[in-house]
Amino acid sequence: MASSTSCLLSWLVFLPLLWALVGLCIPTNTASGLKLSKLSALIGSLVTFAVSICVYQQFDPASAQAQLAENHAWIPSLGVGYRLGIDGISLWLVLLTTFLTPIVILSSWESVEKKVKAYYALILALETAMLGTFLAMDAFLFYTFWEAMLIPMYFLVGIWGGKERIYAAMKLFLYTMAGSLLMLVAIFYLAYQYKLQTGLGYSMYLPDLYMVKIPSGGYLAPQSLLFLAFTIAFAIKVPLFPLHTWLPDAHVQAPTAGSVILAGVLLKMGGYGLIRFVLPLFPDAVRLYQTPMLVLGTVAITYGALIAWVQTDVKKLVAYSSVSHMGYVVLGIFALNPTGMTGAVYQMLCHGISTSGLFLLVGMIYDRRHTREMSDFGGISKVMPLFAIAFMIILLSSAALPGTNGFIGEFMILLGLWQTSQVLAAFAALGVILGAVYLLFMFQKVMLGPVTGDENKRLKDLSLREVAVLVPLLIAVFWMGFNPGFWFKKMQTSIDASLVPYSQSAVASSNAEKVGTPWNP
Amino acid sequence: MIPVPVPVILSFCAAIFFIGLAGVLIRRNILVVIMSIELMLNAVNLTLVTFSAALDHPHGQMAVFFIIVVAAVESAVGLGLVIALFRTMRTVDTDQIQLLKG
Amino acid sequence: MLALIPLLPLIGFLINGSWYALGQARGGKAVPATAAGGIATATIGASFVCALMLFLQLLGSEEEARTLEVTLFHWISAGALQIPFTLRFDQLSSLFCLVITGVGSLIHIFSIGYMGHDESPQKFFAYLNLFCAFMLVLVLGGSLPVLFLGWEGVGLCSYLLISYWYTDPDKASAGKKAFIVNRIGDLGFLLGMFLIFTTFGSLDFTALKQLVLTMPVSGGIMTTICLLLFVGCTGKSAQIPLFVWLPDAMAGPTPVSALIHAATMVTSGIYLVSRLSFMFALSPDALCVVATIGAATALFAATIAIAQNDIKKVLAYSTVSQLGYMFLACGVGAYASGVFHVITHAFFKALLFMGAGSVIHGMHEEQDIQKMGGLRRLMPQTFLVFAVGWLAIAGIPPLSGFVSKDEILWMAFASEHGSVALWVVGALTAALTAFYMSRLFILTFLGTPRFKVAEPQDKGHHDHGHGHDHGHGDAAHHGVAVHESPAVMVLPLAVLAVLSAVAGAIGIPHMSWLEHWLHPVLAHAPALRPEVHHETEWVLMGVSVGIAIVGIALAFVIYGNLKTAERFKTQWASLAKILSNKWYVDEFYDALIVKPLNALATILWKFFDVKVIDRIVLSLGDASNQSGALARSLQNGSTQLYAFLMLAGFLSIVGYSLYGIFH
Repeated sequence: MASSTSCLLSWLVFLPLLWALVGLCIPTNTASGLKLSKLSALIGSLVTFAVSICVYQQFDPASAQAQLAENHAWIPSLGVGYRLGIDGISLWLVLLTTFLTPIVILSSWESVEKKVKAYYALILALETAMLGTFLAMDAFLFYTFWEAMLIPMYFLVGIWGGKERIYAAMKLFLYTMAGSLLMLVAIFYLAYQYKLQTGLGYSMYLPDLYMVKIPSGGYLAPQSLLFLAFTIAFAIKVPLFPLHTWLPDAHVQAPTAGSVILAGVLLKMGGYGLIRFVLPLFPDAVRLYQTPMLVLGTVAITYGALIAWVQTDVKKLVAYSSVSHMGYVVLGIFALNPTGMTGAVYQMLCHGISTSGLFLLVGMIYDRRHTREMSDFGGISKVMPLFAIAFMIILLSSAALPGTNGFIGEFMILLGLWQTSQVLAAFAALGVILGAVYLLFMFQKVMLGPVTGDENKRLKDLSLREVAVLVPLLIAVFWMGFNPGFWFKKMQTSIDASLVPYSQSAVASSNAEKVGTPWNP
Repeated sequence: MIPVPVPVILSFCAAIFFIGLAGVLIRRNILVVIMSIELMLNAVNLTLVTFSAALDHPHGQMAVFFIIVVAAVESAVGLGLVIALFRTMRTVDTDQIQLLKG
Repeated sequence: MLALIPLLPLIGFLINGSWYALGQARGGKAVPATAAGGIATATIGASFVCALMLFLQLLGSEEEARTLEVTLFHWISAGALQIPFTLRFDQLSSLFCLVITGVGSLIHIFSIGYMGHDESPQKFFAYLNLFCAFMLVLVLGGSLPVLFLGWEGVGLCSYLLISYWYTDPDKASAGKKAFIVNRIGDLGFLLGMFLIFTTFGSLDFTALKQLVLTMPVSGGIMTTICLLLFVGCTGKSAQIPLFVWLPDAMAGPTPVSALIHAATMVTSGIYLVSRLSFMFALSPDALCVVATIGAATALFAATIAIAQNDIKKVLAYSTVSQLGYMFLACGVGAYASGVFHVITHAFFKALLFMGAGSVIHGMHEEQDIQKMGGLRRLMPQTFLVFAVGWLAIAGIPPLSGFVSKDEILWMAFASEHGSVALWVVGALTAALTAFYMSRLFILTFLGTPRFKVAEPQDKGHHDHGHGHDHGHGDAAHHGVAVHESPAVMVLPLAVLAVLSAVAGAIGIPHMSWLEHWLHPVLAHAPALRPEVHHETEWVLMGVSVGIAIVGIALAFVIYGNLKTAERFKTQWASLAKILSNKWYVDEFYDALIVKPLNALATILWKFFDVKVIDRIVLSLGDASNQSGALARSLQNGSTQLYAFLMLAGFLSIVGYSLYGIFH
């Protein structure tokens, strides 16, 4: 692949960071300066969204190649390059990221009061790191952005978080680091193997790495070990049971914006990594570990849902519901068929919309009452009818009611899984019941019943700004629920390409030689 | 006069050196520690002079002069530090002075 | 035109919904129910007109051409999975459409009166319209996923409407229970859908009908498919073991009970079975299960209905029981009879529910039949229409209930899938039905009032202005100013009464227009058992009339005189206790499923998640801290120790090298 002249992706990635640096220069010792810095962050994120729309328009869904690619040498001696590219899977995740960032910025308009300038700068910096992770076509660059993402996140949780924010931030940081170091070692191993096998020197370029042949066979063969190294890193991010315990703490302690980004985008990194690295690199190991992974995914769904049911803290409930929902993503990916995979990518987008919505809504009542205990609420529907409408819709989307986005994702995943394993699909589908159980329990405790307490009686309904925050999400819920084809058609080719090693013919000849990889068929 | 055999002198030097070393490691009074260091330095000087005489080569004696000078400087600085330490810590016991504790 | 049928109520929903939302955003002023209800009624009425016109078009066309189809948009398309959003209007769905929009319109009109004092009628009518839209999608959907969209959508509306008065925690819980129990059924539906797709590769009804005939599929798979789908039906249509939500669902406003929990939504299970009758017909085992569950539910619910004192609860169990009848019909292969009973039941049960609603409205939210009595004089119009409904459901000829029920009993007896045992259970249920409905009727309308009738001058004082969700507390002190309901409520009842009386005409045995009409879309009617004679049909018909009369007579003997009723009650006290506690099914589920699951969840969280997983993670962190502390103890600041260590290191290195030299 020749380096192209377009540098649209670089603009997309680094625009938020540049904007953040510019924003830091705005003096905020006056009220108007403060407002200006918020406004500048909002505009910056909107401009980034506009750039991502340009990327969307230039994207060609017919090709599975990495598009709008950029390729520059960085550390030639190690084969590291600055390589960006976009395909049908990362396209939507990039758009999800740029779509959520303005919403997040708008949602923290009034709730963040200390160190305002730094806060927005960190969010924009985080956006750069997230976009970079999705767009990197070089293992080393991917790793760099992957780690860079942690820094703003650490500060967002650690500075603007709740009471136990330091503990939560540290846990988030160390958990992720532990996983990603395994990944780093595995990346070096791959680069080294590339050098050994081709004699061309090191390479961290993804399509190059896809060509590396790694001995397989057995649960502890090199390929299996590499598979585990990558998968653990991504499973922590997803988070897959039993590596999920950082999530409830991080979500509960993070400020609303942090939770939204965490749930909306960061968790998707795990799923994205599985599709981008694990599936094409280690087909034999993936087939070997398919059943254990599916079992873990199924356990995650029921386990997360059951625990969510008995939570008393609204935010913790939503956090555990994420564990449950992201279990579906793992199932869809490891079902290893186009239906399941499409569902998995779609579910990532849907979860990004609906769980972000839930966190935003929880944040809105938290701003009013400064508590997240369900027992402190009751009958909120009566005093906040608009809030109740929005809450109901997002909740239904999260409970996967047909007509909302959540249904399409879960339906496709379960259908795909059904073709792989009917028993596991039946168990995974229990999540459909349990999802309704915990969400409706929460809704009843918080929203229904008689209005309790004077503080609840005085609650104000949504402000115009909050409506503006929620409306795009509500539109997305129905749009994605009724017109999934709009999304599918851009990702179809890429998904089919990523499953090439797992097609019937590939399975037949898998032991002989590794066949077609996404970009080198 | 029968010259003293070289091995005897070297053994004597080694003995002095290890006495000094033991002093450095064992004694808790910094002044004594510094004196022990002087003892070790002088043991080395004696060794050098011995070899210089035995091999009839002047380099050893040159080195001794350097060492004497450096040792003098070292004692001066060392004693200065000890006085400064004593002024702040009111003690010259090494067990009491553990500022490098990790 | 076809798309308009579900679209119109949806538009009504959007108008009322946005009116409500905007109203709330501007401070939420009260809105007259006539305006909101007018919009809602107009949309559903227009939808009825559309359905009627299309139905007439179907009537006028050739038998082969009686299917209209329109594809609105492509819903899901991913690889082999192609699901266009197709609406299909054929013989079966046209009937359901007419019932839904027709009865729906009447109930909308009734609601204008019933919900007259509601705080936010736009919200109520928006929900009601949304329900109709989803229900129409359910019956018009041309493929299983589209049907499923409607299927879950009506479940949602049911939830919203049951917990409509959500400030009462019990009512909110009732809605939640309905949704969750339905979800359990939906799981079966979903899995059945998956199995159909992986077996046949399509989810479209027309395509499936072809595929089922051409593709050889093992009976086991077919039975599994049918049973999984039937699990969905037991949820939505309140059959054993998932019927527990329906009685609780009576927490909703009465028009909701009439529309959703009697006439339309709960019959969608029968619709599904009829729609897929070509599959069920291939699996005698599944049919046997359907018939058995249907018969068992019919009898079981009827026994509970005897001992209930809440007027709506009696009707709710009666609904469960009648739904059991319909499944009994489907289970013996008489799908047309099942659909027939759906239609007649929609008329008389909607009539009974709304009659009960009228009574409740007139009695100022009193629902206990023990505290009623003598309403015949106080609410003469309601009395009259209610009497028609009562006789219809009790099975008195020639009212519609008799015709459809008798048909089911005959098929249960005579069909090749039927048996004498099924007939006996059905007949017993018929007797019980006649008995408990008469009991309800007698206690409510006949005899003398068992409450303090308020003086006429109190009437203005108490008449209106009560919110429906709160009390009749002060009414108990001053007496109840019972009043006949306004015309807007009575008129729909009158229409339904007429329909309940005459609707039997479409399905008179041996010249049934309905059976002929539905013949192309349903599986063939089953052959009769060889030992059954045709004369038996007339005998059985006589028997079932006799049974109904015996049931009614028994009720009059016992409840005609309150003293005998009391004696009867004390004689059967222990049985009555079990029955009035609904055989303790709720308690059983609670103890066996809900509580253990909740305990498990708590254990998983408090023990496994926090004490095991998180402990392991934290101990990894602690381990690195500990090892750091260990290494730190060397770094104690004593220069002499450092020097000693240097010496030791130096000596060991030297020693090691010397060792290497000498060996």
